[in-house]
Amino acid sequence: MKKPCTPRALYLRKKRNGKIKVLCLQVAVLAVFLGAWEFLTQVRLVDAFFVSSPSRILIKLGQLFRQDFMPHIGITLLECILGFVISTIAGFLAAVALWWSDTLRRVLDPYIVVLNSLPKIALGPIIIIWVGAGMKSIIMMTFLICIVVTVISMLQSFLACDKNKVFLMQSMGASKLQIFYKLVLPNAVPELISVLKINIGLAWVGTIMGEYIMSSAGLGHLIIYGGQVFQIDLVMASIVVLCVLAGLMYFLIARLEKFFRKRRGGSLQ
Amino acid sequence: MDDILTIENVGLTYQSAAHETEALRDISLRVKEGEFVAIVGPSGCGKTTVLSLAAGLLKPTAGSIRLGGKEITGTSGEVGYMLQSDNLFAWRTILQNVTLGLEVQKKNTPENIEYAKQLLQKYGLGDFIKAHPRQLSGGMRQRAALIRTLAFRPKLLLLDEPFSALDFQTRLSVCDDVYAIIREEKKTALLVTHDISEAVSLADRIVVLSARPATVKRIYTLDIDRPTPLKRREDPAFSGWFDKVWKEVGA
Repeated sequence: MKKPCTPRALYLRKKRNGKIKVLCLQVAVLAVFLGAWEFLTQVRLVDAFFVSSPSRILIKLGQLFRQDFMPHIGITLLECILGFVISTIAGFLAAVALWWSDTLRRVLDPYIVVLNSLPKIALGPIIIIWVGAGMKSIIMMTFLICIVVTVISMLQSFLACDKNKVFLMQSMGASKLQIFYKLVLPNAVPELISVLKINIGLAWVGTIMGEYIMSSAGLGHLIIYGGQVFQIDLVMASIVVLCVLAGLMYFLIARLEKFFRKRRGGSLQ
Repeated sequence: MDDILTIENVGLTYQSAAHETEALRDISLRVKEGEFVAIVGPSGCGKTTVLSLAAGLLKPTAGSIRLGGKEITGTSGEVGYMLQSDNLFAWRTILQNVTLGLEVQKKNTPENIEYAKQLLQKYGLGDFIKAHPRQLSGGMRQRAALIRTLAFRPKLLLLDEPFSALDFQTRLSVCDDVYAIIREEKKTALLVTHDISEAVSLADRIVVLSARPATVKRIYTLDIDRPTPLKRREDPAFSGWFDKVWKEVGA
């Protein structure tokens, strides 16, 4: 096989090789970590009862999937997705309203600041009393944890719009609605996607926290239960599944970002 | 010829928490159809304010201002505003950017979009219709910004330091381009600039404003009969006019 050696071909090969190298190293890091973990527990330098081990986690996962693991995963996933979607939509609408009305924004500003610094977990007991322990209250918790940050970040991304561009649209005779959907909204897309990325993380925090304090099913429940009965394998297996789910959801949002980038000719900015 | 823009005894006083600022006092100015008028003055004197008034973005606190005989009461979409930065929207293609005004004014008929395309073609952007602003040079972007203001056929073009963000070399050539386009399309233009040589090379008339509160100090009618701004800069009369205006601005 003849190797092309134009500068372009060299550059492309170098770039591809660089990519492969990074991927190999990434796999290597994981392999070394898991290998060391397994080795240390096998030779009993550390006690697998306290730290579990990759093989024990795999065995536990096998067991769990043969039993009733799927409903637990399903419940947690549903709570997380519903909490995420509801808080994102509600947060978006609230941010639009606050962008629209200066008065509303000025009136609500101090309340938003206070709500933002309040640890939402403190509202746990109130949520239980008002909506009862269970799925609804966990979605509520997720919603509360996500909503304030969503409103604040989305509003900021709307307000960050270049004044000159607003000016330009006004001079064309654009209405406020037109300024919003032709300028402010598309201009904010990169920030909106970052908000989604942050939110997906927060939604998991909300769901698992909620399950810790008020549930009888779900991955958060399994983790707390596993901790209480000293089944580290169960805790670890649940965490592994959580990692996979959170990674998948992040991946979906990254795809969304790619879609927008493509539509905009290669760049989001 | 008819007046496109009539500014009569206009005054403008800004209110702020700390104090009252009188920006403009008793400004009178007429811009005839097809004319190219430049406004110069010391920095911060309120040159841009005059454009904001003409665009209907601000209301005068005294006097009246009319566009095509009609009192300006707010933004109407009858003026095309061109600013220092091109303000092209990064997420739109060049054609989508250029037809923004048509879209906003719900005049995006096939004929009008065809007209916008023709303008792009005519002024060397035909190959970039589907490109995004990032892919264009500074000069091309500024040309696209001008075509965006022309596409919805405004009565009057307002140019607010449209070349000052460009490097000197580009500035001279874009200046030539813009001038040629405005003349070719027989547009009326009101330019604000702090660059006196730019004003002398472009304008039929130059309005010199005083420091704040700005009043009309003097209006010069230029008589350099040359076809392009660059040719004007080469004309022997150019430096004479430059000196006159420069001294008047500084005095």
